[in-house]
Amino acid sequence: MPELVKERDKFADHLLCSGHTACPGCGQALAARLVVRAAGRNVIIVNSTGCLEIFTSKYPESAWEVPWLHSLFQNTAAVASGVEAALKVIGRLDKVRVIAQGGDGSTFDIGFGAISGMFERGHDILYVCYDNEAYMNTGIQRSGSTPTFARTTTSPPGKVSLGNLRPKKDLPQIAAAHGIPYVAIASVGYPMDLDRKIRKALSIRGPKYVQIHVPCPLGWGTEPSKTIDYARLAVNTGLCPLIEIEDGVKTAIKIPARVPVEEYLKGQTRFRHLLEGTGRKEEIAEIQRMADRNIEVYDLIAK
Amino acid sequence: MLKGKMIQGCRAIAEAVTLCRPRVISAYPITPQTLIVEELASMVAEGELDTEFINVEGEHSAASLVLGASATGVRVFTATSSQGLLYMAEVVFNIAGMRLPVVMVNANRSLSAPLNIWNDQQDSISMRDSGWIQLYAENNQEACDLVFQAYRIAEDHRVMLPVMVCVDGFVLPHAFEVVDLPSQKEIDAYLPPYQPIYKLDPDDPLTMGAFAEPDKYMEARYMIQRTMEASVPIIEEVGREFKRAFGRAAGGLFEKYRVDDASTVVVALGSMAGTTKDVVDDLRNKGQKVGVLRLITYRPLPQEALYEALKGAQNIVVIEKALSLGGSAPLAVELRSVFHGRPAPPRISGFVIGLGGRDVTVDDLKYAIEKAQQQLVDMEFIGLRTDLELEGVNA
Repeated sequence: MPELVKERDKFADHLLCSGHTACPGCGQALAARLVVRAAGRNVIIVNSTGCLEIFTSKYPESAWEVPWLHSLFQNTAAVASGVEAALKVIGRLDKVRVIAQGGDGSTFDIGFGAISGMFERGHDILYVCYDNEAYMNTGIQRSGSTPTFARTTTSPPGKVSLGNLRPKKDLPQIAAAHGIPYVAIASVGYPMDLDRKIRKALSIRGPKYVQIHVPCPLGWGTEPSKTIDYARLAVNTGLCPLIEIEDGVKTAIKIPARVPVEEYLKGQTRFRHLLEGTGRKEEIAEIQRMADRNIEVYDLIAK
Repeated sequence: MLKGKMIQGCRAIAEAVTLCRPRVISAYPITPQTLIVEELASMVAEGELDTEFINVEGEHSAASLVLGASATGVRVFTATSSQGLLYMAEVVFNIAGMRLPVVMVNANRSLSAPLNIWNDQQDSISMRDSGWIQLYAENNQEACDLVFQAYRIAEDHRVMLPVMVCVDGFVLPHAFEVVDLPSQKEIDAYLPPYQPIYKLDPDDPLTMGAFAEPDKYMEARYMIQRTMEASVPIIEEVGREFKRAFGRAAGGLFEKYRVDDASTVVVALGSMAGTTKDVVDDLRNKGQKVGVLRLITYRPLPQEALYEALKGAQNIVVIEKALSLGGSAPLAVELRSVFHGRPAPPRISGFVIGLGGRDVTVDDLKYAIEKAQQQLVDMEFIGLRTDLELEGVNA
């Protein structure tokens, strides 16, 4: 290994280097750096089309210090399956880990079939979804992950609509239903938990799914300096439960106390239409019920 | 006495693929490709092949999977047909753009709608602009020989482009013919292990599939175009070396059959050429100077070689199992462009024939030749039924 690489090995923090072109306060950029830091050098990453791909790989520059491949939007899980199959056949799968990663658009929607195939075939791959709850790279369009009543450019609130009228798809449960050994939700607001989950996932053989909640200041209309605050509010309201499903057994990180969802909604322009004037009490109550349901189902508050 | 064994095309093609020692195979079943991958699956199951064989949930993923494996530095194979090729079209273009030497067999079949599982070549012709080298086989012997050559061409460091071997669905894979398959030792000598230029490797990390802004994108496409052009003599060279190694001609740019003194030359792709050669023999016996140019390498289109081969003819009769709806017969159009601006160009007529598995008969071919000898035919469908009411068509 070249001297320069050895020298750089001291700085695993920089396997995703600074100097990329992400927006200020990008939750995904921070989360991706934590993921590759946890994975270390012996990894091959396959990346979907999306913000992360665009802001790290503008030819002739690259922010990646690990082998990294981008093919298309919806085929990442299948491409990663090919990488894994090749490593297996040349006898290197015991040393090299494979990570497939993409945003919620490529994971929940267009690439879902390929991900289901990857899970079902049992490939030894960690699939990481950076979930910022809409198609941010193309300008904030609704995805299957967009939460109820959120404003996006394709689910705008209007005279007869209050934004996205459908609930967020429960992809972790769908992943778990494939019978894969490890499923988790993490948040960029809790980097120690995120780091632990990535390391744990990579220590398990077979398909793994980790979904990381990552605020997007541009898409959510939040202050870039508040990314971590909003990530933590999502967790502490119960809207983003930090769960793990290991061989079907669910556990969750407890939250200290129930924070009302309104604390999370306010300050995000994507929910502003719920809070303007006298406010949409009924809709806010509906979001509160979703948070309460998570708290109950995953037993989020210590008794 | 023919050398070889009586064998079904699909089995022969599958055996040819295994002789090339691909390390990762991925495919999704579609008629009439299925028999090829079934044979491969059974060989893997019997332990005859040290290969990861992966059944996927669709052709988009089959192509993506071999893309990923190829990028990791191993030899790969996939096969498809018709709708499957269209479904993976996005990945087909992507593989070429990433300069990965994937080899695919496409069992040529019509496109829906109406749904039809039988042979024509609309599927692969629709992928002509994808950056894949396309080779068309006349028979099962050649289908196998083109598979061997496909890897040589694709993995040549002067090329590094994917190759699609096109075999007429049902006509080849389902037919029993005598095929002479080389030994493993012979193929190992002809086709050394794949040596990637770049691959995904943690010991030497690199970024593959970076995006290019307008100031760089065009150059990437230009390089593929130049490589396509430069691969013409390499395809010829690989064909020559094959003949030297195995003693039979296969591959190359095209096959000329009684062309040199011909005033009328039929141009055809794939299995139709067999029938056409019979027609040519018949017409020659009647004193007509007719020949066949069977195009093997459709992409890159060997323009200069075609010009040289066809410049002595007065009539060129292009028969095609494909068309550009709203346009014309695609190969006829391209041949006209080859002769554009040249002195005394031949008359180039285009005929669409045999779509959706309709038989290509001797009478059909004779009709096309005769008509093209009398007049220029821009584009005509051969063998249309006259007993059906064609709705929306002005009779």
